[in-house]
Amino acid sequence: MSAHAETHDHDDHGHHHKETFVTKYIFSQDHKMIAKQYLITGTIMGVIGVLMSMMFRLQIAWPEEPNVLFEALLGKWAPDGVMDADIYLALVTIHGTIMVFFVLTAGLSGTFSNLLIPLQIGARDMASGFLNMVSYWLFFLSSVIMIISLFVEAGPAAAGWTIYPPLSALPLAQGGSGMGMTLWLVSMAIFIASSLLGSLNYVVTVLNLRTKGMSMTRLPLTIWAFFVTAIIGVVSFPVLLSAALLLIMDRSFGTSFFLSDIFIQGEVLHYQGGSPVLFEHLFWFLGHPEVYIVILPAMGLVSEIMATNSRKPIFGYRAMILSILAIAFLSTIVWGHHMFISGMNPFLGSVFTFTTLLIAIPSAVKAFNWITTLWKGNLQMNPAMLFSIGFVSTFISGGLTGIILGDSALDINVHDTYFVVAHFHLVMGISALYGMFAGIYHWYPKMFGRMLNKNLGYIHFWITAICAYGVFFPMHFIGMAGLPRRYYTNSNFPLFDDLSNVNVIITMFALVGGVVQIIYLWNFFYSIFYGKKAEQNPWRATTLEWTTPVKHIHGNWEGDIPHVYRWAYDYSKPGYDVDFVPQNVPFKEGEEELHH
Amino acid sequence: MTALLTILVLVFITIAIWQMIKIFDLSQAKNKSNDTGVATDKDNSINGYLMMGFLAFIYIITIVSFVKWGDLPLMSNSASAHGPGIDKLMIVSMVLIFTVQTLTQFLLHYYAFKYRGEKGKKAVFFSDSAKLEFIWTAIPVVTLAGLILWGLFSWTNIMNVEETDDTIVIELYAQQFNWKARYAGEDNTLGQANVRLINLDNANILGLDESDPNAQDDIITTELHLPVGRPVLFKMRSQDVLHSAYMPHFRAQMNCVPGMITQFGFTPTVTTEDMRQNPDMIDKVQRINKIRTEKSKDLIAKGEEGLERYEFDYLLLCNKICGKSHYNMQMKIVVESEEDYKAWLSTQKLFKDSLVKN
Repeated sequence: MSAHAETHDHDDHGHHHKETFVTKYIFSQDHKMIAKQYLITGTIMGVIGVLMSMMFRLQIAWPEEPNVLFEALLGKWAPDGVMDADIYLALVTIHGTIMVFFVLTAGLSGTFSNLLIPLQIGARDMASGFLNMVSYWLFFLSSVIMIISLFVEAGPAAAGWTIYPPLSALPLAQGGSGMGMTLWLVSMAIFIASSLLGSLNYVVTVLNLRTKGMSMTRLPLTIWAFFVTAIIGVVSFPVLLSAALLLIMDRSFGTSFFLSDIFIQGEVLHYQGGSPVLFEHLFWFLGHPEVYIVILPAMGLVSEIMATNSRKPIFGYRAMILSILAIAFLSTIVWGHHMFISGMNPFLGSVFTFTTLLIAIPSAVKAFNWITTLWKGNLQMNPAMLFSIGFVSTFISGGLTGIILGDSALDINVHDTYFVVAHFHLVMGISALYGMFAGIYHWYPKMFGRMLNKNLGYIHFWITAICAYGVFFPMHFIGMAGLPRRYYTNSNFPLFDDLSNVNVIITMFALVGGVVQIIYLWNFFYSIFYGKKAEQNPWRATTLEWTTPVKHIHGNWEGDIPHVYRWAYDYSKPGYDVDFVPQNVPFKEGEEELHH
Repeated sequence: MTALLTILVLVFITIAIWQMIKIFDLSQAKNKSNDTGVATDKDNSINGYLMMGFLAFIYIITIVSFVKWGDLPLMSNSASAHGPGIDKLMIVSMVLIFTVQTLTQFLLHYYAFKYRGEKGKKAVFFSDSAKLEFIWTAIPVVTLAGLILWGLFSWTNIMNVEETDDTIVIELYAQQFNWKARYAGEDNTLGQANVRLINLDNANILGLDESDPNAQDDIITTELHLPVGRPVLFKMRSQDVLHSAYMPHFRAQMNCVPGMITQFGFTPTVTTEDMRQNPDMIDKVQRINKIRTEKSKDLIAKGEEGLERYEFDYLLLCNKICGKSHYNMQMKIVVESEEDYKAWLSTQKLFKDSLVKN
């Protein structure tokens, strides 16, 4: 199969088509260009999402105080510079939506799956370049619609990123549930279509287009992570699509899937027999796997970067694959831990407690394997490596509190408090963001042929790392004090007055952490044009992408696709003078595989 | 004017960063030719030490958080019969978490420091070990098995409420943006109700079935009073969107779902008065009032009204996003002696008397 594909490819790429500006930069079918498009769109969405979080953090720390920023950015939603309660909820909602889906799903997985799958498995391009292009442009369209939804008359969607009906279904219940919610649903439906096209492409490419010698057990862990992520996406995203479609039916066509017995604003609505709990099941059937769709690619990137920069094989390669598979499987049967107190049968809660806490086992295996990878290494502290170490740190800190939240008995009292906000931001928000930054610093030379400034990278990492803990560590404590999330202000509860200074501290860290990202943005855009020219293999890595020329060519390799003779982690292998042996180097006489 | 200010601030930030980058570039001017953008031994060393510094930062922020905010009356001093069980499990889980956290963060950052790279050094080729993988699979399995079993027993005990003759059944009724409570009255049976029966004209605000004999002596209130030591079973309804009845002092929470009745039961064990006398609570209230006095001074200086003094009360909060005034959807809970409770209840209007007759 591989041999055949190879000769075919070779013929195909003997003569290049002439590319116009439009086919090269806009409607490109080249996976490397599509990766860059994903990254830049994701970055723009990320800036919007972070800016929103800074605005609502200002409101939480200094409730109802006028702010010029609000007046400038929120317009009619901030009369005299005081943030309106409706727009507060909208900001929280859109921040969550943008960060989870547009930045950490499309921006992270879209960028690196596209960039690395063909390059690391030794393929000329994705299985279908055309579908890949359609996938990006659907994502772009959904981003545009989401942005447009911010400007509708009655306000953007404001029912929380989980959009539980009836709040999200009834414009009578909330202004944002009118046109804003319609656009939100349309945007998400298109987003899901984009994600499915992308995921199918990734799965097919990994299964069919590996170069000769690239068996599944020689794949870099990045590819394993992207592959499994794509499978989870294909399994669970359609369920969210069905939830969104049914919600659209309830909203616009009078069905009663999720609604029943409602009296609002002086009138009884006709809905009968539906249940909001059904929506919660459908939503979280995607919603929980979604956090693994976000974190698994980051885990893959971190595994790869840690091994390269430790100059050591990743510890426990097979255990890492098995734990990815275990996490992926478990992730699809734990969604009910978001619903312990939703009114579902308590016995179901017991089952979900059991499956949820099981996830701690493969997660612990991964964490220990990363730590052991560092042991007796020769650590090259590049910015990508710092972000990878930071990833493991926040993943542990955030993951451990999952033991409390996954335990239904304990969840009763911390459910929907700031404890939850702190937990998931550390374990999948900050961690995934670190994974994404690590990937960008590491593969920037591959993407743009130039290096990022490492000193700015160091400043970026250290300030971000301190701010991340400064924001989310104290947040656990206000949650344990019983402070609910999504409150516009806490001033109606004197009970929480002694926590207001904690909220000021958190906001300070959040503002500094947010502004510091300007350093990164500057570095990113400046280096595209003026960064130092990159060598072919600046990090001295073993994987195939570093055997391609620095300048991008369609089809990735001049001449034949390299064959693969070994796994991706022959770093510091005894018997070699150099501390890395690329995958395309054949075994020397008498050389043995030293791993299992 | 304000837009101009915002633009100015942005311009200044941009200039500041531009300057910072220039300084960096200048400081590296002399070895620019051999700077490849890859970490040098010096970078490894500096960042290795910073890793140890960061480990210290994590430990310090942990200690500071616990010392300053760890003494949470909400974490101890629960006011329900099942509360101490939850608190105990919580504390055991916390101790476990912080042991693991302290150890693993130490290993991670210490290794990052200890094995920071040097030219000419070679890493050890150590690719796998079945023994190690077994150890760190087995330990979590055993620990989690214990936690899961303990958690499941507590959960089952809390959620499976058996209704006895002693149990008081109270309906909690949620709507945007307030709470109502409905007591069953003399017959100890709640009347039938559905939002379709709501009739605002005759003040049948909870949609009780006016023809149901059981509904006649029901009592609708805006404060929740509970007798100490009696098991209470809450039947929850919502008329519009999802709400969540969160009673943190009692370690109790359940969503209120339109179209269905959800339930949660507990036995209050500490009266409001006793909780006010609790030393931890006295401390907390004093702390809060100090903050409120400071704030009042500022407010009065601005010509506004000062804040009222805070006195402790149990609260029911809405803890599921429910719309614009979600942040102010609360109800006072009073736990009192059986006699006080009965006396209070007898002063409330019966449903049949609360209806407006046309």
